[in-house]
Amino acid sequence: MTMATEKDINEQIAWAKINTDVLKSMENPRPAYWVTLFVCVAMVSCAVLAEYIQYTEGMGTANLNNPHMWDMYISAFVFWIGMSHSGTLLSAILHLIHADWRKPIYRFAEAMTTFSLLTAGLFPMIHLGRVWNLYWVLPYVSDRGIWPNFRSPLVWDAFAISTYLTASMLFLFVGMIPDLAICRDNTTGWRKKLYTLLSLGWVGSDRQWRHFRKIYLLMACFLIPLAVSVHSIVSADFAMSIMPGWHVTSFPPYFVAGALYSGCAAIITLFILLRYFFRFEEYMTLPIMEKTCKLTFAIAMVWTYLNLIEFASVWYGHDVYNKELLIAKATGAYAWIFWTMIFCGSVLPFALAVRSLRRHMPTMFVVSLFLNLGMFLERWMIVAPTLSMSQEPHQWDIMYGSIVEWAIVFGSFGWFGMLFLIFVKVFPSVSMYEVKEMVFHRKRSAGEEDLERMTDHAKPATQTTTGGEGA
Amino acid sequence: MSKRRMLALFSDFDEAHAAISDIRRNEVPGVTVDDVTMKSPIEHPDVEEVLGERPVHIQKFTLFGAIFGVTFGFVFLSAAQAAFMVQPQGGKAVIPLPSNFILMYEMLIFFAVWSTFFAFLFLSGLFKKRSALYSEKISLDQIAIIVEIDESAVDPMKTLFQKHKTLEIREEVIQ
Repeated sequence: MTMATEKDINEQIAWAKINTDVLKSMENPRPAYWVTLFVCVAMVSCAVLAEYIQYTEGMGTANLNNPHMWDMYISAFVFWIGMSHSGTLLSAILHLIHADWRKPIYRFAEAMTTFSLLTAGLFPMIHLGRVWNLYWVLPYVSDRGIWPNFRSPLVWDAFAISTYLTASMLFLFVGMIPDLAICRDNTTGWRKKLYTLLSLGWVGSDRQWRHFRKIYLLMACFLIPLAVSVHSIVSADFAMSIMPGWHVTSFPPYFVAGALYSGCAAIITLFILLRYFFRFEEYMTLPIMEKTCKLTFAIAMVWTYLNLIEFASVWYGHDVYNKELLIAKATGAYAWIFWTMIFCGSVLPFALAVRSLRRHMPTMFVVSLFLNLGMFLERWMIVAPTLSMSQEPHQWDIMYGSIVEWAIVFGSFGWFGMLFLIFVKVFPSVSMYEVKEMVFHRKRSAGEEDLERMTDHAKPATQTTTGGEGA
Repeated sequence: MSKRRMLALFSDFDEAHAAISDIRRNEVPGVTVDDVTMKSPIEHPDVEEVLGERPVHIQKFTLFGAIFGVTFGFVFLSAAQAAFMVQPQGGKAVIPLPSNFILMYEMLIFFAVWSTFFAFLFLSGLFKKRSALYSEKISLDQIAIIVEIDESAVDPMKTLFQKHKTLEIREEVIQ
């Protein structure tokens, strides 16, 4: 006896119901939505206060001094850039390989990319201290005698991240146009005006759909190498230096894997939250959750493997500074962070391999938060120990960050959450037209399978007859 | 003779396809498949089989954007680097190709994506004033066929649509 396969989505769901459910979600979320939004705003307020203190008192309040010139802020920057990766990158990859289970969840994942990038973009500004001089970093010819160093990975970062931000936003927007037209046709007041403007006159004609199919494919093709290049370049911020622990050849794939990992974990977190806030049980289903968890588990194992490669290459490389640093990470002052990172990043993901746990939303919610804690600590472990134990022993020290730094980093989570929650309240977080497509195609292929099965039932009788005739 | 635009709504793709197939078979004299526009709530993969191949030129703009991006990237960077020649180079190249390649790669994608986006905006017929015949049911769950026909073809066309169980027919005079 074979076990019936659980379906990703109910194929009998009516198209009108899909519209109704998603549109209703934008009007009537559960009260928990408002509580979460309030918490996020409170977190942002903490960060604003901390930034005000840093702005008025100076960078000393952030404990930034030689050799720790960019600890917490660069860690948070790398973390948020990493978080941005899974949304667009996975959406593009899954689109190209026709994995249609992405359809109910890709919209919020892409939004996550955009808002993570917007959050990441704050940290170079905050780290500058003199925020009003931000424009000095722009590479334009001026009389100020400031020469952008195009050989610096930091300049590459600016190019790569701005390209990724604009491309991701366009990808998100283009994918939303048919849904914005649905919203336009079903709302009133300010919402109707907004959606009329943003839907750009979409009417669903064959000409529009043909062009839509092409642009979506082309953008997906561009976004995959772009996303890989962005985090490779972020890794170059470290790897192009000669600091112990940073000058590592495997950093680009390590960073990309880490980015995908934290992004996938964030997708699980947001999946569970949105499913609850907006009563999306019919769209964000357990089988889709399971697939996301399996994907996260696979990426976690790749990340673990790349960690082992890094440790092994340091060990066999016999570079005295690198080796000392690696030993210090595992046994020194930062050891508790290191082992927490290993536990959260490499051991805890095994919970994702257990079916009963994968299907238990509260467990997965907690696990996904811990996975991202592990990934934040990973970034901290990349930055802080190297700065604490560089080639000059007289500079060796320990750094845990000041209250101002922590408050700003803490607030960045609130900032991200606030933007994300506002987005999902104003725009449909489940792609209505793509869920309709998913239902339509699955129903049709199920019909074709039924037809084939009926034909197969007929075949043996024919073959037996033929065989009989042959005999 | 006045020209009319007629919209017929169908509950599913099969009926709509059958109606278009009849139009292809010239069941209504003077009306060809080129006069037909189909509107649907989802992207329908069989649309080419039904309406025939219709050209999409977005990819040409993408290619243009990519070539422009890589060229502009090189020219922009080289010009900036050459302008900064007074900067001490420490024996390194004034125009460092390896790092410029990385930035040119980003510029390639940047301009290709924007060029693709603008091509989509203008080639897909967005921004056009919506016809009064637009039905909100199209964004819900119904499929529309829109034909532009002479007045003399109105009745045969209505008969054809009704044969395929159309849910609703609307029409407007366009000239």
